[in-house]
Amino acid sequence: MFGLNKKDSILMIAVAALALLAPFILNIFPNDSALAFFNAGYPDLMQRFVIFGIFAIGFNLLFGLTGYLSFGHAAFLGVGSYAAVWMFKLLNYNVVPAIVLSIVVAAAFSLVIGYISLRRSGIYFSILTLAFAQMMFVTAYSDLLGRWLGITLTNGETGLQVYNDDPQILLGNGPNVPHLFGLEMRAKEVWDIGPWEFTLPVGYYLCAVLMLASFYLAIRIFRSPFGLMLRAIKSNQTRLNYTGLNSKPYTLAVFVISGMYAGLAGGLLACMDPLAGAERMQWTASGEVVIMTILGGAGTLIGPILGSGAIKYLENVFSKLNEGLLHDWFGFMPDGLEGALVWVVSKFTGEGWHLTLGGLFMLVIIFLPGGLVEGGNKIRSWIQNRTGRGSPPADTASTPAE
Amino acid sequence: MSILEVQNVNKSFGGLKALQNVNLKVEEGTIHAIIGPNGAGKSTLLNCLVGKLTPDTGSVTFDGVSLLGKKPYEINQTGVSRVFQTPEIFGDLTVYENVLIPCFGKRDGSFEMNALMSVNSQKDIRAKAEQMLEDVNMADKREMRASSLSRGDKRRLEMAMCLAQDPKLLLLDEPTAGMARADTNNTIALLAEIQERRHITMAVIEHDMHVVFSLAQRISVLAQGTVIVEDLPENIKGHPKVKEAYLGGAH
Ligand SMILES: Nc1ncnc2c1ncn2[C@@H]1O[C@H](COP(=O)(O)OP(=O)(O)OP(=O)(O)O)[C@@H](O)[C@H]1O
Ligand SMILES: [Mg+2]
Repeated sequence: MFGLNKKDSILMIAVAALALLAPFILNIFPNDSALAFFNAGYPDLMQRFVIFGIFAIGFNLLFGLTGYLSFGHAAFLGVGSYAAVWMFKLLNYNVVPAIVLSIVVAAAFSLVIGYISLRRSGIYFSILTLAFAQMMFVTAYSDLLGRWLGITLTNGETGLQVYNDDPQILLGNGPNVPHLFGLEMRAKEVWDIGPWEFTLPVGYYLCAVLMLASFYLAIRIFRSPFGLMLRAIKSNQTRLNYTGLNSKPYTLAVFVISGMYAGLAGGLLACMDPLAGAERMQWTASGEVVIMTILGGAGTLIGPILGSGAIKYLENVFSKLNEGLLHDWFGFMPDGLEGALVWVVSKFTGEGWHLTLGGLFMLVIIFLPGGLVEGGNKIRSWIQNRTGRGSPPADTASTPAE
Repeated sequence: MSILEVQNVNKSFGGLKALQNVNLKVEEGTIHAIIGPNGAGKSTLLNCLVGKLTPDTGSVTFDGVSLLGKKPYEINQTGVSRVFQTPEIFGDLTVYENVLIPCFGKRDGSFEMNALMSVNSQKDIRAKAEQMLEDVNMADKREMRASSLSRGDKRRLEMAMCLAQDPKLLLLDEPTAGMARADTNNTIALLAEIQERRHITMAVIEHDMHVVFSLAQRISVLAQGTVIVEDLPENIKGHPKVKEAYLGGAH
């Protein structure tokens, strides 16, 4: 179907169904139940799921296929956001030019940075990308380039946003918030069904459709001769060179494609909330996409989506947890024990969420180096063994392009 | 006419003279064996041919063009393929995918592709890859990960990958090392057949004299970085200098 084999078609359909039904699936707990705390069907959070999904899918094309670990990918996400906000400032709030420009600008940046960084491989490549990204972060944070040109380019630490006196030459009577030909991004449909409440945001659906398109494109790349070539680059560059193939152009091509994915993600962030700040380009943001991809399963198709979903969900849950809630939860325990438990757990929630993330990441790296996908495969073959449905498929865990 | 000409090549590593005034002429369409004790400089000589090393002095001409200063992929594009002493294959890919890569690659170094077409849609390329696997008797191992193969199988795979390129000159560094007797005989038959059917010129480094004397039309003997004898196989057998080199190199 659509040029995909049977297995990939099923995967594509499953992801599409999950993405389109997410507002229902993520609000599975009735609104006034105790478990409603674990719901995630809010516009803002759902949008982050799919936007960071796009970011991670693109990152995985580079890292998962070629093994080149970029430590500066957030820079492309950042320029994507700035480009989109600039479109809002100059033209109007229509998201189409904003998204297009954010992809184009990210492509231009990744072409230059990729061209230079790919002169080295391994750790040196990573360091080069990190250095570039930090330079771009500092440039944006202090608006160095803007000051040098005598204009406001990134608006420094305040962040770039749209002001009333911006040109917005195409604004006319159009909406004063991001929209798709009049359809406002922040608009939403709320369905009350019994004790449940489901929110269907326009912005989320735009992001979800683009995520599905990105995912489809990624599958096609994985299965193409180009994808095969990229996996060969990861496996043995020496053999490739002695096969008459210069790997540079191919690596650069995928670096740019992956930068464009990041640019799209950055543009979408700005479309959901017309603001762009330098912190989006900081090295911690670059590290986050690395963690997402590895946590989900680098080099697998579904891994990056699982990884970004898991991290954004846990981030939401853990940073919302406060001592009051914890006291409620542990209230049934004897006082002393309750106090101690709350004290310990609270160190890992709220501000301490990053401690939890670090611990989780370490556990995955040590026990499940193939990420959540490997975990899923292990469980599947365990169940197959238990139910005696023959032996497990020969190499579920080792098929690189599942 | 000689397709490969190596003239007065010298190569040292620090103080070690690995190659000294080496001359070699390989006639088009023949199999030329290079033998010699361990450490004689045989692999170093091949490294100088494929661009892994640059000779300190001397010239290397293939098909009328100098190979000096060219990058490995550029040398390969002129039609020189090499099987390494330690197999260089794509360990993470399946056996079949390993052979697909050179089948997709074209002589000018471009890769037959467009980013969105599926690997499986390329009927002629797949057929060629399958044929290559048949040729080296590995069709049954198609879906195995290349890194899990035995050393002999890895080398046969590498040979299939090189042959898929339709090279003009095939360099083989100990093609039968690590192979069982039966596979060695299959390899001899394969190489002989390829040379007969496709007229691919070959230079073979080999320790197994059975292989050398079954295949070679000419033999160069290398010892301590110099070519001590170069002659027809029947003249090499029992040549006093060759005996001396092997005995001298043995301790
Ligand atoms: N890259 C290198 N750096 C330093 N010394 C080297 C290098 N490559 C080879 N040598 C040395 O050059 C000499 C010739 O090595 P070479 O590998 O060419 O021998 P060989 O004839 O292929 O031997 P073998 O039969 O064991 O494969 C050896 O003494 C080796 O240690
Ligand atoms: Mg050797």
